[in-house]
Formats: sequence, C-alpha cells, structure tokens
Amino acid sequence: MNCIVCIEYIIVAVMVLSAIFAVEWGDLLAAVVGMTAVSLFASVLFFFLQAPDVAMTEAAIGAAMSAAVFIFAIKRTQRYESEEEGAGWWLRW
Amino acid sequence: MVKRILAIIMLLIVGFWMANALSGVPFGEDKMLVGKYYLENVKEQTGAVNAVTAVVVNYRGFDTLGEVTVLFIASTGVGALLWRKKKERTAKSEGSVVLRTGSKILLPFIMLFGAYIFIHGHLTPGGGFPGGATIATAFLMLYLAFKDYEIEHKVFEPIEGLAGVGYVTVGLIGLAIGSYFLFDWIWQTWGWGHENIGRLLSAGFIPIIYTLIGIKVGTELTGIVDNMVREEVKDND
Repeated sequence: MNCIVCIEYIIVAVMVLSAIFAVEWGDLLAAVVGMTAVSLFASVLFFFLQAPDVAMTEAAIGAAMSAAVFIFAIKRTQRYESEEEGAGWWLRW
Repeated sequence: MVKRILAIIMLLIVGFWMANALSGVPFGEDKMLVGKYYLENVKEQTGAVNAVTAVVVNYRGFDTLGEVTVLFIASTGVGALLWRKKKERTAKSEGSVVLRTGSKILLPFIMLFGAYIFIHGHLTPGGGFPGGATIATAFLMLYLAFKDYEIEHKVFEPIEGLAGVGYVTVGLIGLAIGSYFLFDWIWQTWGWGHENIGRLLSAGFIPIIYTLIGIKVGTELTGIVDNMVREEVKDND
C-alpha cells in the first residue's frame, strides 16, 4: 500500500465522520458545515481519483453554492432542530 | 432508539449489497466498446483533446441540452416559489473588513478562472457547468460581502435567455446544414481548425456551446442566490 492510498483512506474516514456529524448535530448551521466538509473532501478525493473536472464541479456546487443555499434557508427558518437546543447526540438517541 | 437501530441495520444491509455489486466492476480499465470507440476517434471526429468534453457536448449534446433545461426549470421554480411583489436586501450589517477587501481583490481572479474553465473546456478538464458555477460563486461572494449589492436584473435575465436561445440556434444550424440536431457544422462541414488540434481555436462548436452553457449556468445560479437572499418588504403607506 503506497501513501496515496493511505491519504485516500484518511479522506474517506473524514468524510464518513463529517457525514455523521452533519446528521447528528442539532445546530443546523454546524450541520451545514459538516455537509460542506463532506463535499470538500469528496472534491479532494475526486482529484486523487484523476477526475479534476468533477472535482471542480463538486467544489463549486457542493461546497460553495449548496452551503450558501442551506444557510439562506436557515436564516429564514430556525437555527436549532428542536426545543432542547444544544443537546448532544447521546441525549437524542 | 429502536427506529435508529433499525435504520442503521437497513443502511448496513444496503451498503453491503451495493459494495458487493460495485466490487465486481473494474475501475479504470476501459472494457466497454463505446468507451474505446470514443477514445480512438475523438480527435478526428470532434477535434477536442479532452474526450470527456467531446462526449458531453458533441456525441451527447442533446443530453446536455436536457441538463441545461433541468437547471433552467429549477431556477424558474425557485423564482416562482420565492416571488414577491417587492423584494429588497434586508441585511443589517456589512461584511467585515477582511471579507470586503478580500472579495474586491479576489473577484476578477475568480471570474477569470471561471471564464478560463469554460473557454478551454475542449482542452483542459472542466467545462460550462464548473465554469458557470465558479462565476456564480464570485457573485455569491459579493452578496455576502456588501449589504446593498444586487445584480443588474435587466442585464442578467436577457443574457440568460439569449445564451439558451443561442445553444438551440447552434443546434438548429446543424440541423439545417448537416443531417441532425446539434450536428457539428463548424468542424465537419466547414472544416475549421483541423490544423491546430490541441490549441484554443479548434474542436468545432464545442467552445461556442460551452461558453454559452457557462454564461447560462453562471447567470442562472446567480439568479437563484439572488432570489434566496432578497426578502419581502412590506409597504408602509
């Protein structure tokens, strides 16, 4: 196993971790940041997999535009998921 | 609690199933005949060095027209849902000094990079969709940095429409000259640019169409951002 593959595995692990955080965080603004992190690391991964055009699209649309759209939506609705704001995932399970 | 565990079990089953299915697909080897055909004939038939672009715009140009239409419908839907009689920016505070200065400095470079991506779509990775999204990101940055900034609606909306009409017009000229919609008339009938494959002025109508798509995607995504940022203002009279 050469080192590029190690980096790819690390990126995939970080992506999975960010995806779990994006689902679990009650603060929706933080959840959007988690979702953006998934897109950003996906774009790095696409670059490693020799698809630079997909990487550019993912960085521009996934990381920038969709995050902006979600943040505008949060600004118009509410920031927290439920009444018990700030509750950790261990309480909501 | 039970619902969560059930959901996780379902997810694991589906994930295992898909991983098993995908592990049989060879990655990075072209065993399909159609892929081989594209790679072998792309230079003579389209003049593009970037085979992905040649497939997207030339061989599968009608699909791309559909994609542009889907984006247009999405943009129209956002505009229809968020339509109000009078809309204005309602941001109360300006962006910080770092954001304002940084956006002023970076704006031309982001625009230039976006334009580079779609103009050189037939030579380097990328094309109309990433380039247009990059340009829209530049306008998004302006919206975030300045509280009074608004795009010129009277300029943006006609440009968006003209780009879409231009795409269809290029296709219809192909139908008139050649035999089918989106026939590459510049490359195959006129034979322009056969001597400089791999330089900017080649590949027939691919740069033209990708420039139109880039302009259309950029203005459309900017319009979506604009629709979402501006909020309704009630008249007080």
